[in-house]
Amino acid sequence: MSGRFAPGTFTPAPGAGAPARMLLTHARTEAMLTLRNGEQVLLTLLIPLALLIGLTYVTVVDLPEPRVDSLVPRVFALAVMSTAFTGQAIALGFDRRYGVLKRLAATALPRWLLVAGRVVGCLAVVALQLVVLGVTGALLGWTPTVGALVWTVVLVVLGTLVFGALGVLLGGSLKAEVVLALANVIWLVLLLAGGVVLTVDALPAGMAEVVRLLPSAALTEGLTDALVRGTAPALSTVVTLLGWGAAAGLLATRTTKLV
Amino acid sequence: MDARRGRDGAHALGLAAVNTPAVEVSDLVKTYGSSTAVDGIGFAMAPGSVLALLGPNGAGKTTTVEICEGFRRADAGTVRVLGLDPHTDGARLRPRIGVMPQGGGAYPGVRAGEMLRLVAACAANPLDPAWLIDTLGLGSCARTPYKRLSGGQQQRLSLACALVGRPELVFLDEPTAGMDPQARRLVWELVAALRADGVAVLLTTHLMEEAEALADQVVIVDGGRVVAEGTPAQLTEERPETQALRFRAKSGMDTGLLVAALPEGCAVSEPSPGGYLVTGTVDPQVVSTVTAWCAQQGVLAEELRVGRRSLEDVFLDLTGRELRS
Repeated sequence: MSGRFAPGTFTPAPGAGAPARMLLTHARTEAMLTLRNGEQVLLTLLIPLALLIGLTYVTVVDLPEPRVDSLVPRVFALAVMSTAFTGQAIALGFDRRYGVLKRLAATALPRWLLVAGRVVGCLAVVALQLVVLGVTGALLGWTPTVGALVWTVVLVVLGTLVFGALGVLLGGSLKAEVVLALANVIWLVLLLAGGVVLTVDALPAGMAEVVRLLPSAALTEGLTDALVRGTAPALSTVVTLLGWGAAAGLLATRTTKLV
Repeated sequence: MDARRGRDGAHALGLAAVNTPAVEVSDLVKTYGSSTAVDGIGFAMAPGSVLALLGPNGAGKTTTVEICEGFRRADAGTVRVLGLDPHTDGARLRPRIGVMPQGGGAYPGVRAGEMLRLVAACAANPLDPAWLIDTLGLGSCARTPYKRLSGGQQQRLSLACALVGRPELVFLDEPTAGMDPQARRLVWELVAALRADGVAVLLTTHLMEEAEALADQVVIVDGGRVVAEGTPAQLTEERPETQALRFRAKSGMDTGLLVAALPEGCAVSEPSPGGYLVTGTVDPQVVSTVTAWCAQQGVLAEELRVGRRSLEDVFLDLTGRELRS
């Protein structure tokens, strides 16, 4: 039975890895897997990109001129929603199916890092999306101010956390196929009727009051305040986002299952 | 004085660590709804030893292991793993153990090397992931997404993930399920090497020969209870009066005359084609009768041996039912 393994090969030397290294490796793996997945790239990058370019030139939707300026905050919000909510929910649903959460939970990785790794991975993908969309927008004539960009970063981080919590809430407890269907349907509904493509002001009065309370509308409005109107986001949008984030986060900690 | 006290303290701690069982389980109970998965299981596993939980599917093996790993909480009973409560001290325990869950565990789209490097990053002094990938024969599929690996390849990656952190204790839940004979042999060699290097191994299996080949201690469980435990030798030598004589010859022989010639209490069967089994009190006279009968039949009895019962015989005696895989 000996020969293949030199004595001492497996002599125990246990211990936890350095937190920074665990976080970096975990987040990098998460981001890499997202970017390698064709459907995810379609959802997170190609569709927002197509909407940005398409709606700038095709005038089926009424938009204030210059059209690209009012489109950029909407595709930014869509990009955040795609990655943090739909992408995260579907990935989590299938990761649970494949037992990866249990696998990682069995290592020295602390529970907070299990969450933090996914969040940082998600933020990295969102950052990449916004760079691509922002550069494309700039080529189409969009010229943001520095102040607007600062607010954009704040709102995008907040939006990623809020939609990420909603994504975990959905992906953390249901069957993978159900998650896949629901996450895509909700994404489409929020895109069309959630105050993203059509902003709240363009909706009929009765509907607008309801849609205004959705996180998709709040993020789009906040980004529009910052990027188009050049102001700080309205307090109501930030409060709406925080409310959704807190509710989803609290619920998710109770419902999320490893498998 | 203080320094001396400190040294004595450390000495006492060291002794305690040496004497602490790797795993100690007593009166463990776990129910799911109305069904009781674990119904009072108890055992103690010596440090650095190999213990096999042996039993059919549904016996409570995985539930027991998952309670030890901190994934499930016992309804009653106590569990100590390396002296720690896996439920309340999980954060301290996990860096010291390696876990191979049943059915693998990796991102569907991840490559074997990426997954192993991620798990290695969680450990302070990991083994070289590239070496482990090669050693486990995964080098050729290093770029294949996990979901496209064969069941045996997924199992080997899972095993690598359990070992890469240089743990003191590893839990292997059905480690050779879905593996071909070569891979199974490799796992057996690995377990032997782990044991030789002082790593304790708790494995579950429904394979008799696996438990017999690897384990210092076998705990046979069925229906959520321990039905027998001991070393493989103790378990199989418990009742020397029920020995067995085995031989191979042409299949389908009429053994009526042989049964008539043998002393009362002996039985003859042909469990597999051409494989004959004589049970009862096997003394020199019985051996002589069997060979004389074979000579009369004009056949050569090959691989004739008198041996103790196999672990499988013990299991069947204890539970009265077939092992299911």
